[in-house]
Amino acid sequence: MRALDQMLMRVKMLFLRDRAGDELGRELEFHLDRQIAENIAAGMSPREARNAALRLFGNPSLLRQQARASWSWTWAELILGDIRQGIRRLARTPGFSWLAILVMGLGFGANVALFTVVKSVLLNPLPFPHADRLVRIYEADANGAFNDSIVAGGSFATWQAQSHSFEQMAIKYATQYDLSGDGGQLPEVAEAHMASWNFFPMLGVEPALGRLFLASDDRPEANGTVVLTWGLWKRRYGGDPGVIGKTLLLDARQYTIIGVLPSWFAYPDTQVQLWTPLYHERSRANMGMYVAHNFDVVGRLKAGVSMAQANAELSAIQAAIRKQYPQGPVNDATSIRPILDAETYKVKAGLYTLLAATGCLLLIACLNTANLLVARGATRRRETAIRTALGSSRARLIREQVTESVLLSCAGGVFGFALAAAALQWLVHVRPDIPRAESIHIDSLVLLFTTAIIFGCGLLAGLIPALSSNDKHILQSLHESSRSYSGGRSGLRLRRLLLSIQVGLTVVLLIGAGLLIKSYRQLRSVNLGCATENVLTMRIKLPKGSYNSMVKMSAFDRQLLDRVRPLPGVAAAALVSVLPGEGRVWDDVFRITEHPPLPTGQVLDASTRFVDPGYFSAMQIPLLSGRFFEANLHGDQNQEVAINREFARRYFPGEDPIGKHIVSSVTDDERSYTIAGVVGDTLEEISGSPYPAIYYSIFLGSTRSAALAVRSRSGRDVSSLALPIQKAISGIDRDLPVSRVLTMQQIVGQSSADASFDATLLLAFAVISLVLATVGLFGVLSYVTTQRTTEIGVRLALGSSRGEVLKLMLKDGLRPAIVGLALGLVASLGVTHFIRSLLYTATALDGSVFLVVSLTLLLAAVVACTVPAWRASRLDPMLALRME
Amino acid sequence: MGKPSDLVQGTLDLLILKTLSIEPRHGWAIAKRIQQMSGEALQVQQGSLYPALHRLEQQAWIKAKWEESETGRQAKFYSLTAAGRKQLESETANWNRLSQAINIIVQEA
Repeated sequence: MRALDQMLMRVKMLFLRDRAGDELGRELEFHLDRQIAENIAAGMSPREARNAALRLFGNPSLLRQQARASWSWTWAELILGDIRQGIRRLARTPGFSWLAILVMGLGFGANVALFTVVKSVLLNPLPFPHADRLVRIYEADANGAFNDSIVAGGSFATWQAQSHSFEQMAIKYATQYDLSGDGGQLPEVAEAHMASWNFFPMLGVEPALGRLFLASDDRPEANGTVVLTWGLWKRRYGGDPGVIGKTLLLDARQYTIIGVLPSWFAYPDTQVQLWTPLYHERSRANMGMYVAHNFDVVGRLKAGVSMAQANAELSAIQAAIRKQYPQGPVNDATSIRPILDAETYKVKAGLYTLLAATGCLLLIACLNTANLLVARGATRRRETAIRTALGSSRARLIREQVTESVLLSCAGGVFGFALAAAALQWLVHVRPDIPRAESIHIDSLVLLFTTAIIFGCGLLAGLIPALSSNDKHILQSLHESSRSYSGGRSGLRLRRLLLSIQVGLTVVLLIGAGLLIKSYRQLRSVNLGCATENVLTMRIKLPKGSYNSMVKMSAFDRQLLDRVRPLPGVAAAALVSVLPGEGRVWDDVFRITEHPPLPTGQVLDASTRFVDPGYFSAMQIPLLSGRFFEANLHGDQNQEVAINREFARRYFPGEDPIGKHIVSSVTDDERSYTIAGVVGDTLEEISGSPYPAIYYSIFLGSTRSAALAVRSRSGRDVSSLALPIQKAISGIDRDLPVSRVLTMQQIVGQSSADASFDATLLLAFAVISLVLATVGLFGVLSYVTTQRTTEIGVRLALGSSRGEVLKLMLKDGLRPAIVGLALGLVASLGVTHFIRSLLYTATALDGSVFLVVSLTLLLAAVVACTVPAWRASRLDPMLALRME
Repeated sequence: MGKPSDLVQGTLDLLILKTLSIEPRHGWAIAKRIQQMSGEALQVQQGSLYPALHRLEQQAWIKAKWEESETGRQAKFYSLTAAGRKQLESETANWNRLSQAINIIVQEA
């Protein structure tokens, strides 16, 4: 009952505050009148009576305040009042306010955007039930030579049969299909995954439509089945539910559509269009091999089993496999990563670096605002002192300051939040390669984070200046502001300290950005070892259905080259299975006939590439010795290969490799090949070093997927060749889709996109910080100048030269900059250590970067200080002294 | 009669509640009543009385109503609520305990 009454009272006080105020006034008036009446009755004159009553009454406004203080919601009233006052004060200095809002907004925007990315990509669990128990399993080497190696089918089968740590273990393989249909739709190359039937049940995924794979689909004898992703179903089939049970053609073979995945399913990424059952697609022999490392393995740990326990068990199983197969590339250990980590570890370091950079930026923005507030506080010194003298409490003054800075911060937050939303859209647009990019969006935790940093920064920016202004020296303050001393020391010292920290943080950011940019430029200028100008590439994959023999495949290859080479503008054309810069896609083990057999367990490995003999001259890869090999056909007895320089260096040290023999099984059986020539190295990965490679003839017919590389005649735009070439291809086979039409420059650009992105963003942050620090320096010195106007006037009047004054003022402004620079350089030594993993060749201690950053900063500091210092030296001493 | 001693906050609340337990009164009458009953020993300052009244009202121990006063003018009359009556009982009991205890000590000494 009482609780209800209290609540009613609260509600009443919230909505009827003004009326309650009136009533209080009437109540007090009544009391006063009664007192007067009593006094008159006691024989006083009305005037006397009134005065006596008022005397007794005390201070009516204080009484009114005290009574109001007992009402509910007083705190809210006070805060509202503070806010109103704060807005009024801020509106009086719009320049300052807008600057502060802009500065804070930039800081918030960058932070919220990066936090959203980090949270969505690195922290949010994958959307599967108990995702914390999902892991990726790799083969590894007990000596640590190979880690995170993809898995051989035989090893997987053995793990699955023998391990007890997992509820389920599934295997998958990334591939591409030529997708065409009965409906006369255009053929396309579809990114796809093959997975064992238990893959989806293990993740806990239910189909949106139809069914997913069953064990009976996942056998070589079964009919072909395919599960579509939601995206492909919507795009190619218009979301028609009748599609279930229909057939489509993958690589010219028939598959029945059995189900559609839900729209939220985007594992491993959104590029994947469809899924097929792995054991149907791959032969039993292939899936039983221990040496062919091809597959991704995902497992679900049993509840209560740790990754370490599971790994110990699997490693023991793998070691036993190795004992059983001491020959060939069979690993002897395993490694396990949480599934999220496995998908994102490549971008982790970059994202965290950027997040740290935005954190620095926000801190700088915060310090800058604090600095501006200190400056403003200084101009309001006299007001503050008078108010303190009149009894205004320190808490009240601090509350005012903090309210102001929180208001600025909130306005900046709104601006920053809009900025972040725009930045995120842009980011997802320019970096679709970030894993889980589709899941990046602002959610409630991001909102919470935003609110927290807005208030945190507002409090910080407000408390620093507020706590520094202390009221112990009211008298001194009043003195200082009325008579011209050389300025309040304590405020100035604080501003210098803030500036030094700000400059120091800026230096750290600049150096980080400098190192990343240098590293990126080195990366871009890397010599791939082949022509990159005027080279157009496109990928063609011959479907199993229509090209079912090696003869048909090599016939197509020959026909293609014959048609493309005479096209106008084409200087050279060639076929290659893997282009330089596309990564190590395919490698095989081999032995050298002329060398003694290797000890058991050791193998030789080299990248496998299939090229037509014209490849080397087309891509301008130099011949170092011997000759280019002949265009061998599949049936030919004497097969020739070329090796690269790294191969010769590593496997034929001090020997002439020409005429030696290599035995490998890159075709369907083991064969011997004669080394005909040694060619120059090309890089598989732009940031890597050369790896031994063997070039086989593409006419052996071992690869279905090849890139056509066309070099144009100089002066001709190479991309203009794309259309005539594609016409030539469809002239041979109308149903053959062409994918990845890219210039070599673009391939190089793609493989350095991360580095470019990180470096550009970090540079942007660093430049913003530099601007902020410069503005800060300028502000401090301008402030100091006005404070010291009289002093300078006196100096000038007493005969000091203008040059001396200029020097004096410059010294004053540059000191915090130099202190900050020193701080920043020292801090950078420690911090750059953390970004080492992002750097290609630049070391973390790059003298030139440190030097350039120091000079840039000093230059900015000098520019910022010169204007106010020069202005000070131009002062007319008479005017300055008269300002009193 | 010296200057009336500062009333401890809780004590003023008790006095107000006690005064109101007889009949509803306005602020002036409450002050007068306390003054008379104490034989002019206690004088309630307006500065304490009105904040105390508003505080008690917020606590829902007393409630207020505008009514015509004895002079014919509208005045704010306070009266006890049921919760206020209980509060008065417990505060009276508290006061008795406390004053007895103090009495014992003061008289022993």
